[in-house]
Amino acid sequence: MPARRLADQFESLEKQEHAAKFGLWVFLASEILLFAALFGLYTAYRLMYPAEFARAAGHNNVAIGTINTLILITSSATVALALWAVRGGLKRLASGLVLFSIGCGVLFLILKGVEYNQHFQAGIFPGEAYRNAELTGHGAELFFNLYYLITGLHAIHVIVGLVVLCWLAEGSLRGRFGPGNQARFELGTLYWHLVDIVWIFVWPLLYLLRE
Amino acid sequence: MSEERDYRDDPGGTSPFDQANLSFPPDYLRDGRGIRSWLLTTDHKRIGVMFYAIIVLMLGLGGIFALLIRTELLTPERTVMSASAYNRFFTLHGVVMVFLFMIPSIPNVFGNFLLPIMIGARDLAFPRLNLASFYVYCVGSTVTLAAAIWGGVDTGWTFYVPYSTSTESSVFLVAVGIFILGISSILTALNFIVTTHTLRAEGMRWLDMPLFVWAIYATSIIMLLATPVLGLTLVLVALDRIAHIGMFDPRLGGDPVLFQHLFWFYSHPAVYIMILPAMGVISETVCTFSKKPPSSYWAIAISSLGIAFVGFFGWGHHMFVAGMSEIDAGIFGALSMFVAIFSAIKVFTWTATLYRGNITFTTPMLYFFWFLFLFTFGGMTGVAVATQSLDVHWHDTYFVVAHFHFIMVGGTITAFVGAAHYWFPIMFGRMYSERMGLLTSTSVFFGFLFTFVPQFLLGNAGMPRRYYSYPPRYQWLNVVSTGGAYLLAGALLLTLINLLVALKWGKRATPNPWGSRSFEWMTAAIPIKHNFETPPVISRGPYDYHLSEEQAHARTKAR
Repeated sequence: MPARRLADQFESLEKQEHAAKFGLWVFLASEILLFAALFGLYTAYRLMYPAEFARAAGHNNVAIGTINTLILITSSATVALALWAVRGGLKRLASGLVLFSIGCGVLFLILKGVEYNQHFQAGIFPGEAYRNAELTGHGAELFFNLYYLITGLHAIHVIVGLVVLCWLAEGSLRGRFGPGNQARFELGTLYWHLVDIVWIFVWPLLYLLRE
Repeated sequence: MSEERDYRDDPGGTSPFDQANLSFPPDYLRDGRGIRSWLLTTDHKRIGVMFYAIIVLMLGLGGIFALLIRTELLTPERTVMSASAYNRFFTLHGVVMVFLFMIPSIPNVFGNFLLPIMIGARDLAFPRLNLASFYVYCVGSTVTLAAAIWGGVDTGWTFYVPYSTSTESSVFLVAVGIFILGISSILTALNFIVTTHTLRAEGMRWLDMPLFVWAIYATSIIMLLATPVLGLTLVLVALDRIAHIGMFDPRLGGDPVLFQHLFWFYSHPAVYIMILPAMGVISETVCTFSKKPPSSYWAIAISSLGIAFVGFFGWGHHMFVAGMSEIDAGIFGALSMFVAIFSAIKVFTWTATLYRGNITFTTPMLYFFWFLFLFTFGGMTGVAVATQSLDVHWHDTYFVVAHFHFIMVGGTITAFVGAAHYWFPIMFGRMYSERMGLLTSTSVFFGFLFTFVPQFLLGNAGMPRRYYSYPPRYQWLNVVSTGGAYLLAGALLLTLINLLVALKWGKRATPNPWGSRSFEWMTAAIPIKHNFETPPVISRGPYDYHLSEEQAHARTKAR
């Protein structure tokens, strides 16, 4: 296992790891505000067009949305377990769990793609390309634009999270992480939990609050 | 080996010769040569200096745009440019001054340079992230300025919809540029917050930190939490332009007022991003040049956090005439006035600090007095425009322009230039010409007054902001204002020249030329790469003027 490097400005590794973890939490706070702006818009427009929003949400595939929620929560649990495995020195288990989580993330994106495709089939495109004949009106269009914005921004975060998880999987396969040397691993898992927790708010807003 | 180096390890000043044959590490300016050692540095001081250079350039650019606007306004009709060129120039002036100069100015230059030294750290917590922030800033400012050349932008710096989603000018590119600049802000803020939490020297408690650190810390919190909202809002405007998502477009069911809410949710706190660091500078200056601790350390530190907190709830006062109910306007007005309470706490504390102080009238101290006067003036008119009945009259007039320039120029730029003088010795190891400093400082003040006092009168007389032509009865005030602007610009240019001359020919500075007790002055005349040879241990407060300089040094050293 390569030795952990102590940067010049820190006096101990504990402090350095604490700083890194704290820094990531601070960053996540900033990320939350990024989504908060979209959730704020959603709330405002939902109050403006309550009926149209409920009807439009009814068009979303609640089965896919719910399965995706389960998938993400499962993947969050498995990366948490992977961290536990790294702490215990169970290298193979850790990398296996991370690979499983990556699989979940990919599956999530595939299902998301299926859902987007269903919308496109129905003529529900973002912006001026929208041409659904049943769900008309400004409220419905705004709902779907917000749907694309929120899920799109979330999907970008899923993709970034998957890249991070790949790095974790590669690192644990090569033994870069181990007991007492899991700080960076923990950072990666924290980011993945953000992806999960944002989705937990997306799910009721876009799928469950329906007619 | 020059003489001032010897003081560093020998604060008692016994004899420079005792240590003459010890080898000292070179100072940060000489540690590594060549352009690569600068461009790839992770030293917070060098990054601060790089920011310094580029930000002064931006100030110059924004100033030139300001002069062009003022020149155009010399006569009621066309003077030097067309109306559409005028629209582009006032937009550019706002965008450059707000996003490229003012927001990064004090935090990224002086915060970067001094925050680690003040808390006894060897660097920021994430030095590479700090360098990344610099380059992200460079990319963002390039994109933003590219928009200026590529068609220009004529929306004003506020990008109000629906005009910003329908105008032909290159709003898209500017929105992208500002989004990128926001990333730089967030990275820097994150770095400062983590550094303040984790890298304070042994023995330094939160209430032992210099007040400048508190101010930068409060600023960082605002940057961290408000910037993403602005970034996202501008991305929505950009998307609206290319894909017509209609998020703020009334033709598509969107609500333009929502844009204003989101925009001011960032941009009102952004005002405090601009002024809080300035207040930090002022707190340091007044203590150093009065040779006294602040009359209440606690009041200044906590009111910074108070402003940061309340600042998030005042944004609605920009929208009193945008269809807001009277109750909402009343609530937003009252919340805005809380900011005035916190600011007044600071003003009174600074003033009380002077009482029975041992005051030296140096250039930074003169800037302190200008700041105190102009900021109070700007703040009081701020309370006035936070009152809805008055705001209906003054809204979108030159009164508002004058009000926020009193804060932004009279407050922030005054403090920025004051800081440039105050910390010049530690940053570059030289002394500037005090006589020129006092002269330029006085000219800055009078140039400022001549520029902006007429604008209060213009606004009160009903001249709207951003107008190209105006009735002839407003002309004499506009002429005075333009004359003042040229005086102000000339004075700032002379200030720059004075500092540049000092950089090359200035007298060598001693490590603590002002006789301050603040921690940044306990290093060498020019700090070494990692600031301290041994990690300091702090056993005193930053304003312990009852201690002699020797004692003060002794209590910041490892025993």
